[in-house]
Amino acid sequence: MAKSILAVDDSASIRSMVSFTLKSAGYEVVEAVDGVDAMTKAKATAMDLVLTDHNMPRMDGLTLVRSLRELPGYRSAPILILTTESSQDMKNQGKAAGATGWLVKPFDPQRLIEVVRKVLG
Amino acid sequence: MTIDMSQFYQVFFEESAELLEEMERLLLELDVADAGKDALNAIFRTAHSIKGGSATFGFTEITETTHILESLLDKLRNGELPVRVEMVDVFLKAVDVIKNQLAGRQYESAVDDQAVAEICRQLSAFAQEGPAEAVVQTSAAQAPQADAVATPAPAADDAEPVDPTPENLFAILTGAKIAVAPVAAAAPVPGAAGAAASDAYGFFTEVAPAQAKAPVPPPAPAADQNPGRRATDAAGDAPPKRGRRASDHVDTETTSIRVGVEKVDQLINLVGELVITQAMLAQTASHVDSALYEALRTGMAQLEHNTRDLQESVMSIRMMPISFVFSRFPRVVRDLAGSLNKQVELKTVGEGTELDKGLIEKIADPLNHLVRNSLDHGVESPEKRLAAGKPAMGTITLRAFHQGGNIVIEVSDDGAGLNREKILAKARERGMTVSDDMPDQDVWLLIFEAGFSTAEAVTAVSGRGVGMDVVKRNIYAMGGRVEIDSTLGVGTRISIRLPLTLAILDGMSVSVGEEIFIVPLTFIVESLQPAKDDIKTITGMGTVVHVRGEYLPVVALYDVLNVRPKVTELDRGIMVIVESEGAKSAMFVDDLLGQHQVVIKSLETNYRKVPGVSGATIMGDGKVALILDVEALARGTFREEERRAA
Repeated sequence: MAKSILAVDDSASIRSMVSFTLKSAGYEVVEAVDGVDAMTKAKATAMDLVLTDHNMPRMDGLTLVRSLRELPGYRSAPILILTTESSQDMKNQGKAAGATGWLVKPFDPQRLIEVVRKVLG
Repeated sequence: MTIDMSQFYQVFFEESAELLEEMERLLLELDVADAGKDALNAIFRTAHSIKGGSATFGFTEITETTHILESLLDKLRNGELPVRVEMVDVFLKAVDVIKNQLAGRQYESAVDDQAVAEICRQLSAFAQEGPAEAVVQTSAAQAPQADAVATPAPAADDAEPVDPTPENLFAILTGAKIAVAPVAAAAPVPGAAGAAASDAYGFFTEVAPAQAKAPVPPPAPAADQNPGRRATDAAGDAPPKRGRRASDHVDTETTSIRVGVEKVDQLINLVGELVITQAMLAQTASHVDSALYEALRTGMAQLEHNTRDLQESVMSIRMMPISFVFSRFPRVVRDLAGSLNKQVELKTVGEGTELDKGLIEKIADPLNHLVRNSLDHGVESPEKRLAAGKPAMGTITLRAFHQGGNIVIEVSDDGAGLNREKILAKARERGMTVSDDMPDQDVWLLIFEAGFSTAEAVTAVSGRGVGMDVVKRNIYAMGGRVEIDSTLGVGTRISIRLPLTLAILDGMSVSVGEEIFIVPLTFIVESLQPAKDDIKTITGMGTVVHVRGEYLPVVALYDVLNVRPKVTELDRGIMVIVESEGAKSAMFVDDLLGQHQVVIKSLETNYRKVPGVSGATIMGDGKVALILDVEALARGTFREEERRAA
């Protein structure tokens, strides 16, 4: 069965691009528009991977990572952050929050697929 | 596998346009003296999103501009710089510049590179002057604290709202005193990621220390500025603080789809055809014996019902809330009030009122004129207002509501009001025929005449007398009407009444000989059969009909449209009294047939423009009926009469 990915981004264009990229690589994709939406969807369906933006209204990416890590089903699930933030400090924070990896926008679709494949094994 | 990004361009353009609108709205709402973190965060995020999108799609010039904008906004939301009014002005200009850049990408239109460079320079200049001021602020704020250096300025205020429970790592992170704490506290979490972690952390390509080295305290700089910033974010983004707007945004995001206008228009067209077909069938079926064909009759009734429901649903797709137009005015009012040295507050009521997308696009310009006019001529200067016992701050109200099958849009101000004497004097000066006992309503409408302006001084804003007549013409072209109410010293209210849609029209069908014509209902005042005595011929006016004390010129449709009529004696047919451009005239027809909602078909797209005809429709029996261009017909007659007189 295809692995499922939760793609979280408040920007519709980026969300649809990420979603399209992942779908074309054979994954099932559920979209969420911010951290709060993502939490609801993550609770409803067990996702194999969460790929989230950081800067979003209502709940940002790092908060989402931390909240997810408290859910039983997401203690060890890979969570990738895809953001324009590229400072070392932010990455450290991401790591501390429990993110599995950090990808910097603009993203290369090919590279995104590679990373996702690697993380999902 | 290659992925074609261009398919997402359109989404990006629409999204960016929305984000810019949002940014503009937030900027206008921003209380400079007491800029809230939530507001600054929200503004930051709009810039950030556009930057992210443009970077992803490779629109580097937009990324550059938004990056500079974002950097400055970042400093503001972190409290590194105080927000100043001049900044908001530059931000608003930046919104325009980015719009221009986006248009450049979307429509390949010209981009004003100079303006871009200038905005980038101004934004950078603000950011540059930052540190000095920030330091002053910081030290001032922290004077009582001995360990000011150790505690970053923002954290001092921001750590407070964050609940310092063990679950909340941010709280611990911001507690700069124990540098080791964050890592120690964080350890169990990534640890849970288990085996995957060691490999996966490879994605932090630039992160030197591996998982094993985690207990090493983060580098010093991380402890000063950024934890504070994170705390700001965490506090700002806490769900309960975001309020209703954020959730509204989400709702529309997740429950709406974007569809091209042409698809919707095609759907509307098809439904229009369906309505016509249904009407034709109904007419045919009405002749069959209902006892014998009961099922058919029931089916027809059902079909009619369903068709009507379908038509209503489809038409509602094109309906958009008027907030699409209203939302631009806070900016217009702000800019204009500033340049005129007036204090004006804009209120909007009924932004959710819906009307056809086509009308939304067309009403924007006239409304813009009216608002500018209210600001320029209506609202007085603060000194004058105070002298008149009014608050210095004037109010302009934009209001929209539905009334019957119409939408009414009002532009009202609490300004000086219209001056009856001045308008009449001006009208005489311009050689218009006016009388002292004209009703106020008619006097006010004079301001919509071409070349009419009572402003003593011509300003760059309005007052050259061009515009108001165009406003009226545009509104009439949409099948709308304008009314003015005004009280000297109290204010003016201009009401625009528009049909809800451009695709359907309420019309009266009239017959002339074998032909059927549709007269748009908005123009019709009344219909009557005149007595023989009421019909007269007056030199210079041709044939007129006497109706309630007025002599109205008669437009005999059979004559103007060259149709063979059944009736030529004026007292044996029907006079349809129409009002157009403030003047009444009587259209002479054979008979009135009835009132219909007709689906408008453009003659220009299907055939060519025909003088005196504004469009066509297909009637229930499948026959084509022409929709009359009442304005042109009324005007045409006068010219015709002049020619004859000469």
